[in-house]
Amino acid sequence: MRKSTSISRRDNNRNGYFFLAPYFLLFFIFILVPVVIAIALSFSNFNAIETPSFVGFLNYINLITKDEIFMQKVLPNTIVYAIIVGPCGYILSFVLAWALSQLPKMLRTIFALIIYSPTMTGGVAMAVLWKIMFSGDQTGYINSWLMSIGIINEPIIWLVNTNYLLPIVIIIALWNSIGGIGFLAILAGILNSDETLYEAAAIDGVKNRFQEMIYITIPNMKPQMLFAAVMSIVGAFQGGLISTQLTTNPTPGYAAQLMVNHIEDYGFIRYEMGYASAVSVVLLSIIYIFSKTSKKLFSEN
Amino acid sequence: MAYKGNRINPRKFEKGQLKIVLAILPLVLFMGLPIIFIFSHAFKPMEELFAYPPKFFVSNPTLDNFSKLFKASRMAGIPMSRYVFNSILVTGIVVIGSIILSTAAGFALSKLKFKGKFVLMEINQGALMFVAVAVMIPRYLTINFLGITNTYLAHILPWLATPVALFLIKQFIDQVPDSLIEAAYIDGAGDFKVYTKIILPMIKPAIATAAILIFQQVWVDLGTSNYYVNDEGIKTLAFYMNTLANANNTVAGQGMAAAASLIMFLPNLIMFILLQKSIMNTMAHSGIK
Repeated sequence: MRKSTSISRRDNNRNGYFFLAPYFLLFFIFILVPVVIAIALSFSNFNAIETPSFVGFLNYINLITKDEIFMQKVLPNTIVYAIIVGPCGYILSFVLAWALSQLPKMLRTIFALIIYSPTMTGGVAMAVLWKIMFSGDQTGYINSWLMSIGIINEPIIWLVNTNYLLPIVIIIALWNSIGGIGFLAILAGILNSDETLYEAAAIDGVKNRFQEMIYITIPNMKPQMLFAAVMSIVGAFQGGLISTQLTTNPTPGYAAQLMVNHIEDYGFIRYEMGYASAVSVVLLSIIYIFSKTSKKLFSEN
Repeated sequence: MAYKGNRINPRKFEKGQLKIVLAILPLVLFMGLPIIFIFSHAFKPMEELFAYPPKFFVSNPTLDNFSKLFKASRMAGIPMSRYVFNSILVTGIVVIGSIILSTAAGFALSKLKFKGKFVLMEINQGALMFVAVAVMIPRYLTINFLGITNTYLAHILPWLATPVALFLIKQFIDQVPDSLIEAAYIDGAGDFKVYTKIILPMIKPAIATAAILIFQQVWVDLGTSNYYVNDEGIKTLAFYMNTLANANNTVAGQGMAAAASLIMFLPNLIMFILLQKSIMNTMAHSGIK
């Protein structure tokens, strides 16, 4: 290590690369390279044993024109799922964070702990517990409860019934993602906002808490709002594996089949890795579009 | 009465806050009830697990489910202690390793000047939206190519670079005053010394936050054991708990599943309660500009 103030301050301090190297080496191998491989494989036919052969846009063309399950089930499911769990989940976590910021510290901490706790269970690992609650006979908790208050007369076989499967998956994904780190970021952002702004706003004629939230709170914490938005999008897509954990892959009647499940199905069950990679690329593009949209909404200027 | 403004972080409870509590109560219950259910279910004796109509809360708590859980593992070829050991080893190394990597990288990105720094920063910021499950196949191929399938390295290496951890740590290091670092350089300290003696001690809250985030991901991860590791002997506790609970999907298995979930959940809960102050402190600087 060289010692001298001039070296550290000069414009090109080579020690910087030394500090960065370990992180970025692993970053390239396990994050960047897989994304590049996914793109490359999506143009190939690859069964994991033979060398991949170049097929041009065939996988994408098949995905759009021949894969009825993808176009009729997987894509619509994923869009419905992503819009409810992403944006709606995000709004709910904002509302919760804002409400908590209006409460005194002790109460706030207890509520925050409860709201954050689903994140700590690691959603997918919770599948077994949800199976118990949604158990299909009258001893299932949800069935028994709904029957006792008279909403249903006969037990519903929740996890096989194609009408209920997607809503159940969405509810569980919401449960798992509302209180994530995005929620904590928003809460911390609101709590750290500048008090004088609120005093000034009250003089300027802000009349209630709602106006305060729209005109002062949100515009002043756009960076946190953006961070939380990206985190909730990622959380939503990451949580998609719950579908197959609750049931099987494929889910009954493909009712709750999401893109991550489709990738798993083609990649690890059928070993059509080129095709699965094309699905991955489409999924990554959807995530990118969602994140870009959030950036537009919350960019500073 | 005119609106006073500034109700953020009030000192004490007032009547006006009751409305807010009532408004969010249904959502808070929705978030909290499944957790209470795990606690309650894990301690139910056999007859309560079988009870009809099923009861949400336990009335005669017992440790039966836990002892059954341990017995079941003794009958399987691999003792549970092995899975516990694997999980602690893997999680421990990943947490420590990724903290070292992200603090070093965060220091360089925040405080050192060199070419290409802003590009790398942008790349890492873009990678915040990285969803690992979307590229599970290329990751599998990479791990295969490196020849680390069926080794602990398959559990460890893919987690070491965590974009969120680097991002949060870098944002936090930005808050360390440059004057402090300048003074150390004038006193003759090198970059490495500044990193260990000034940066690390000053960013403890960010380190704690990154540690808990990484811990949570790795501790409950099923993907690695499912896809990248075939050898039962190096799979983790999360995986074992999940298969056990899934294989015994009977009423008796349910009690064991709840006990298993509770065991997986408690370390996370304890860490979060201990570190919550640091976490909130770090999150205040989490914004993307």
